[in-house]
Amino acid sequence: MIGIIVFLCFIVLAVFGPWIAPYSYTEQVPSLRLLAPSLAHPFGTDPFGRDVLSRVIVGTRTVVLLSGLGTLFAVVIGSPLGMLSGYTGGLVDEVIMRTLDVFLSIPSLLLAIVLLSTLGPSSRNLLIVLTVLYAPMIARVVRSMTLDLKNKEFVEAARVRGDKTSYILFREVFPGAIAPLLVEASMRFSYAIFLVASLGFLGLGVQPPSPDWGLLISEARDFFTLAPWTLLFPAAAIGLLVVSVNLMTDGFRQMLQPERGGL
Amino acid sequence: MVLDPGGGERAAQRPAGEPVLEVDQLDIVYETDGGPLAAVRNATLTIRRNESLGLVGESGSGKSTLAMGVIRYLADNGRVDAGSVRLLGRDLTGLKPSELRRLWGAQIGVVYQSPLTALTPTIKVGKQLAEIATLHLGMDKQHARERTLEMLSKVAMPDPENILERYPHQISGGMLQRCVIAMALMANPALLIMDEPTTALDVTTQAVVLDLVQDLKDEFDSAILYITHDLGVIAKMCDRVAVMYAGEIVEKATIRQIFKEPQHPYTRSLLECIPRFDPSCAKKPLLTIPGVIARVDELPDGCIFGPRCDYVEEQCTTSRPGLREVAPGQFTSCTRCDDNLFAACRADADSDAAPRERVSLSDADRLLDVLDVTKHFPAVQGGLRFGRRDRRLVHALDATSLWVGHGRTLGIVGESGSGKTTLARTIIGLEPATSGTVSLNGGVLAPAVDKRPRSILKEIQMVFQNPDSSLNNHRTVGEAVARPLRLLGGVRGQELRRRTIAAMEAVQLPARYYDRRPNELSQGERQRVAIARAFAADPQLVICDEPISSLDVSVQGALMNLLLTLQTERDTSYLFISHDLAAVQHLSDLIAVVYLGHVMEWGDAARVLTPPYHPYTEALLSAVPVADPDSRQPRIRLSGSVPTPIDLPSGCRFHPRCPRCLGDICSQKEPPWQDVGDDHRIYCHIPVEDLRNLEAGSIELVPSRGGRS
Repeated sequence: MIGIIVFLCFIVLAVFGPWIAPYSYTEQVPSLRLLAPSLAHPFGTDPFGRDVLSRVIVGTRTVVLLSGLGTLFAVVIGSPLGMLSGYTGGLVDEVIMRTLDVFLSIPSLLLAIVLLSTLGPSSRNLLIVLTVLYAPMIARVVRSMTLDLKNKEFVEAARVRGDKTSYILFREVFPGAIAPLLVEASMRFSYAIFLVASLGFLGLGVQPPSPDWGLLISEARDFFTLAPWTLLFPAAAIGLLVVSVNLMTDGFRQMLQPERGGL
Repeated sequence: MVLDPGGGERAAQRPAGEPVLEVDQLDIVYETDGGPLAAVRNATLTIRRNESLGLVGESGSGKSTLAMGVIRYLADNGRVDAGSVRLLGRDLTGLKPSELRRLWGAQIGVVYQSPLTALTPTIKVGKQLAEIATLHLGMDKQHARERTLEMLSKVAMPDPENILERYPHQISGGMLQRCVIAMALMANPALLIMDEPTTALDVTTQAVVLDLVQDLKDEFDSAILYITHDLGVIAKMCDRVAVMYAGEIVEKATIRQIFKEPQHPYTRSLLECIPRFDPSCAKKPLLTIPGVIARVDELPDGCIFGPRCDYVEEQCTTSRPGLREVAPGQFTSCTRCDDNLFAACRADADSDAAPRERVSLSDADRLLDVLDVTKHFPAVQGGLRFGRRDRRLVHALDATSLWVGHGRTLGIVGESGSGKTTLARTIIGLEPATSGTVSLNGGVLAPAVDKRPRSILKEIQMVFQNPDSSLNNHRTVGEAVARPLRLLGGVRGQELRRRTIAAMEAVQLPARYYDRRPNELSQGERQRVAIARAFAADPQLVICDEPISSLDVSVQGALMNLLLTLQTERDTSYLFISHDLAAVQHLSDLIAVVYLGHVMEWGDAARVLTPPYHPYTEALLSAVPVADPDSRQPRIRLSGSVPTPIDLPSGCRFHPRCPRCLGDICSQKEPPWQDVGDDHRIYCHIPVEDLRNLEAGSIELVPSRGGRS
């Protein structure tokens, strides 16, 4: 419950961020550099005199949008692959799964850095990276559910009455895989938030002056001893968002498979 | 109604000793979100030394709860609310958990339904057994091992030394259940609780295990509480019976009283709804119990069985009757039992329906023709494998030939692993045949279902064993039934909904179930949905693969009636697969007995199950528990289970297990098909005349129903 409420707050921030933020996120006021948190600037100001609170709020959109879309694309591409692989079996299964294993065997951050430094850092490329990274994981989950469901007799009953494979996959098998898929997807989502922030930190994500959280932390690094708030608040925002998504995932899990009582 | 003079014999044979377990007015309550639930109410029973008490009832009647409540092994939200339980005179209700733990294992042994879950999979069987001896008997390692070996040989375990070193998954079901029994008897407990110990086993294995329990009972002098839904097993195993319904004991009597003179309508209904081995009753509707078992949170006023009782009258609905003694040792809660209720209606049931027509094996009117069908599987299945492959084959079906006539039923029986299900799946095309042909109305069908045209798919449909897995819980009942109508019948729009509801009503499902999901329905209703779905497109042949095996007896009876009605109305043919010989006998015109993928005997249903028969059929029949304490079946037992058909035995495939094996001829030469006459063929070397003589002391399968006919 708490997870959902906090997450919804972030969504509101992501959508209406620019209107909610008390100041413009780009407005530089040289006289107000590195101010400690106060009533006028609850999160303080950064070395250029920009309001940290506003930057964090506006930054929500990039993080939520990028990780959300990335996860969505991963689901859209991963699910059919997983179902096809699991249902067809044999050589098709081997080829698809071994190919995906190649992606899974490379540490995700490393793969992301390599891809982004080749493709060049941009929001579009970041989405491609997220999809490539997470689609194999989604595919694996959907495949294992499909393997489980395809031997159920209702699938055989559908074959016996002449239903097409596509009908069987999307109408008989897929509904049964939705619950674990939702859990997996929201878990991927929280990982994606980390990844987007990490890449932003490394300078491979969204480019300045966009107020990406990772970027904010990266910029604040040099002033940490002087103005810890510039680093603390974006970091806390990442933490809070990830925790809220995780709580939400747990909620889903318990709601969808109450008999297991959450793994 | 005079008791058969032979009735005293059973009791005299094994005198019951002092009371071991005394349960007095026991109430068991579960705390649930919806408030307390009185799962067992006012249960009173006594079991003496060397006596076995059977506890029967439909699922949901509280049998297991009562048994677990007796030993205080309830779920966390369950508790004993009132009453007392005394074991050897000692009150168990006030014991502390630590004292109870000492009691379990030492004084009480429990055998559960599934032996695989009763043992820890990661510990060797020998160690698990020895643990009981060290823990409860205070033995050291060496003595415990000796005791374990001794117990294993007592349960007739071949090669016990070897078993000690194995893990549970390396042992077959029947053998494993012996280990569990050995474990339960290890400390020579005063009370042995057996909760459906043979339900998960094959009939032939069940027979062996039941024999074993009988023998051990005398040797160990224990009191046995035997829980089962199978009245046949009760008739065979127990001295006295308590019948439970919705948490209460409604009748309590000796075994003969229960089977010969049941006084409670529920007991009687339970006996009525099992099919009998009586050819003259075959294909006639069974008497069933209307409705479903009362939920303990919605009990009616008055008699709890009232809403489902045929004999209910005014007084039954106002006050709830208690148990009272109506004959020496017989207690019943029915207030009307003095009215001699049952004599009249038996005659009614016998009068209707014509006797089954004879079917000739030379009958040319064939709907489905299965000719020399063979199905091989690779021994190990898998994808890409480097290096050597296992090229051995599993011969699931080996040159099987059969046919089904228009509007007829072919019953297929055999142990699990005999190839029954593979046969069904090969006919319908889920497992394409390796060789041989399946034809429908003379036209040869493509082996794989995906290659068959819709016009063929429409004609052959299937009802699967387990409705939990054959119905998709994500689709509504209406969607499930409508799909074949739309796909195979080409029905659309308003007409589709109308026809779907008609199809549901044909299986007695109310139209309001249209938008329900299968998991909101009871087991029996779910299987009705599956039947409605199979019948929706009006097929000519419906393959039923164990459609009733996972259901309660009363539901089984109702579904068999439904299948018979549908057949009469639509002239549908059935291929009915079951390990339940009585059910197959009841529904079929022809019966084929299958072993290791080959038909061993086949012909007219009445002929196959009467002598002379194939030694395999004989063994199957002798293993069936008959719901009659007086039935005298010869003990013909098959050792082991059906072997994996990787290397088929030479000669007759049954010879390694055949109790009547003739020797070299059976192990070297394939047996001939012998025509016994009267449309009955046997695949055996033993001359028909000898088979006939073997049956001189034939198996009595038609229960004599004293006092009822």
